Amino acid sequence: MEQTITQKILAAHAGKDRVAPGENIWVDVDILMTHDVCGPPTIDIFKREFGQDAQVWDKDKLVILPDHYIFTEDPHAMRNIEILRAFAAEHDLPHYFDVGTSRYKGVCHVALAEEGFNRPGNVLFGTDSHTCTSGAFGLFSTGVGNTDAALIMGTGKIWVKVPQTMRFVFEGALPPYLMAKDIILSVIGDIGLDGGTYRALEFDGQAVFDLSMEERMTLTNMAIEAGAKNGIIAADDKTFEYVRSRTDAAFEPVYSDPDAAYYFEKIYDVSTMEPVIAKPHRPDNRASVTEVAGTKLDRAYIGSCTGGKYGDFLAAARVLEGNEVRVDTFVVPASTEVSKQLRENTLNGKTIWQVFLDAGCKMGHASCGACLGGPVDTFGRTHGTEVVISTTNRNFPGRMGSKEASVYLASPLTVAASALHGVITDPREVMV
Amino acid sequence: MKDILKGKAYVIGDSIDTDQIIPAAHLVFSMTIPEERKQYGRYALSGLPDGTQGLPKGDIPFTAADEFESEFTIIIAGSNFGCGSSREHAPFALMVAGAEAVVAESYARIFYRNAVDGGFLIPFESRDRLIDVIRTGDLLMIDSKSGLLTNETTGKDYLLNPLGDIADILRAGNVFEYARQAGLMP
Repeated sequence: MEQTITQKILAAHAGKDRVAPGENIWVDVDILMTHDVCGPPTIDIFKREFGQDAQVWDKDKLVILPDHYIFTEDPHAMRNIEILRAFAAEHDLPHYFDVGTSRYKGVCHVALAEEGFNRPGNVLFGTDSHTCTSGAFGLFSTGVGNTDAALIMGTGKIWVKVPQTMRFVFEGALPPYLMAKDIILSVIGDIGLDGGTYRALEFDGQAVFDLSMEERMTLTNMAIEAGAKNGIIAADDKTFEYVRSRTDAAFEPVYSDPDAAYYFEKIYDVSTMEPVIAKPHRPDNRASVTEVAGTKLDRAYIGSCTGGKYGDFLAAARVLEGNEVRVDTFVVPASTEVSKQLRENTLNGKTIWQVFLDAGCKMGHASCGACLGGPVDTFGRTHGTEVVISTTNRNFPGRMGSKEASVYLASPLTVAASALHGVITDPREVMV
Repeated sequence: MKDILKGKAYVIGDSIDTDQIIPAAHLVFSMTIPEERKQYGRYALSGLPDGTQGLPKGDIPFTAADEFESEFTIIIAGSNFGCGSSREHAPFALMVAGAEAVVAESYARIFYRNAVDGGFLIPFESRDRLIDVIRTGDLLMIDSKSGLLTNETTGKDYLLNPLGDIADILRAGNVFEYARQAGLMP
């Protein structure tokens, strides 16, 4: 039996020629990422198990990116940054991106790409469920808890059950009113919140390779919303160009065998797809935007690892330019690099940042922001019965703060169109 | 791992995500400093919306107001329990509140893995949809060796799936002890 890209990467990191789905193996980890929420307890466990003076297995492979609770007065949240800072100093870690310095990056999954840590053929673990985002670069990446992260921190190894792979092939040309978010919300709607549990989701087909690296990250980011272990897209020239512009590190791309066995395969023609939305309170509660058009909104939110990349804002800005929003609209760049691009790049003579300001949007600092609620003073967090349309990735009860709030998930185009009208609006209505 | 678990049931629905198990605002507390650690027990399952807290009535908080431990020690859930965020604080919070086991139809994989590798609680899989036949407050007994769950309140028995590979890690205590016993770490 030939192997999928996921099997081949895992086999190579277990010192084997081949592995079969269902097999439990120990793999060597290339990169471990942690952040301010899960980093401090991971460090506690690491010290408990390996000793107060223990060294991390490989300083060059540990990446610490504070991003969750940054712009808050919460004293416990601020203490967590202090713990990371002290640990980084104690171990002289080269890849700690401290808050309040020019090294601060913002959302870890976007920063991993920007800083060149997403390398084809690698194995990357992170203490965050959306670590699957990195799979857009043709690598195996998945989220783990603090205990597993501490084990990696001490040994560089972790056990993995080899997943079966579900293959999604996208053909056709993507219409201008659709984005990667529409594609992935359609997939999650099709297979359900647990449709990918224990499995790899492999995205393939010309329509995927036509996407930018940022848009590919939107696909793999939400693999976890179908319960998947990892999302993955084989590397191509766009991948190599992106990675080589950001790191000199060597890497070895891996590809699925032509006759690899898949648990499930489905082909989509993206040219016939429609803008879709996930209704409250589940990411798989899919409807076409036309079905819920006219639903009254209190708030719009553009941000997060899945919906706060440069291309997400550029798409929204094209809709908002020269218009004014009718509901509170929060704009939160995922990273400081994205923030810089918004302030430098122009659209019809105005910076994109200015386009948002002129449209009446509220502008935030690069971080996870209100995607996951967070401390009570978090920018854009819900506190009551708000109805929100958001480019983020989860809408479970309470996800954005208040468990009485209702959150709809949609593409940046749909969110921008809806912000302009104050009701859920099909982007085709404003893109004539 | 205990051979026999006894306690009161707390029944909840399908796809209970980790934001409902422990809302993100509370993740700032230390998991080791005792005064802060106990807050995880106080806020465990506090993200469940009204009407879903302790089925079938749905109006029973898992941890009573101003308490740090729950009177319920066995959680009965539907499918895809623990989906969403990878926060290990979720199985940890349930343990701090006093829970010893979850019995769900199925699990999201990161929660399941965290529960086992951290040795926080035993994640049993049920064969039947127990959330329709067990009520919050029912007195339950689980024999972890035979995989038999007895509802002592109703006198009915239910078979659970074998724990399989994870039993070795649960018996060792956590993944570190397991790795040491297997010679994978010093």
